Amino acid sequence: MEVVILEAPFDPWCELSSRQARRTDLAGRYGGTAVFVGTMREANEGRAVTRMSLEHYPGMTEGQIRAIGDEAAEQWAIQDALVLHRSGELEPGEPIVLVATWAAHRGDALEACRYITEGLKARAPFWKKELGPDGEHWVERNTDGYASP
Amino acid sequence: MSIQVRFFASLREQQGREQTSVSGAADVAAVWAAATEGAEPPANALAAVNMAYADWDAPVADGDEVAFFPPVTGG
Repeated sequence: MEVVILEAPFDPWCELSSRQARRTDLAGRYGGTAVFVGTMREANEGRAVTRMSLEHYPGMTEGQIRAIGDEAAEQWAIQDALVLHRSGELEPGEPIVLVATWAAHRGDALEACRYITEGLKARAPFWKKELGPDGEHWVERNTDGYASP
Repeated sequence: MSIQVRFFASLREQQGREQTSVSGAADVAAVWAAATEGAEPPANALAAVNMAYADWDAPVADGDEVAFFPPVTGG
């Protein structure tokens, strides 16, 4: 599993293919790859957002994501996982997070990808501050991705 | 030796500083009290000891790093 916090914009699709190219040991073994990409929107809760600032707790962030990845690997037979997450200043349209999992079968890949994504949103110490025409404010909480709307 | 205290996000802004240090605190709540001169913690404030989530009555020791922050909003 690889976990990287990035200060600069990144292309999740390029990162995915380069990860697969590096893991030549897995070629021919995985039959399913599940991917979640989170992207910054230009509005949130009815407010226009022109910029976002992402703060985190270096060390704890990576540790929490690794622990969540380990929990996923105990429950589903994944062969590899990649988590990339931005910090710093972002603009709408920029990717915030990439979660990818590789497994022999789709069920393990999809379930583990979902678990890592939801765990990251609930436990990884990141904080978003949104800036827009109405000023700036901290995002107060993440929605529960497993709860029904 | 002392306990290193860190504040993040809105708590960092409210406290007007990123970090400080305290000594003689026995648990997380006592660290908060010593670091903030007895300020009331926000109801939703979270704490971590040595980068692991901790309850407010969790014990602390010299050399520990204790962090306080609001609910997380990454992803």
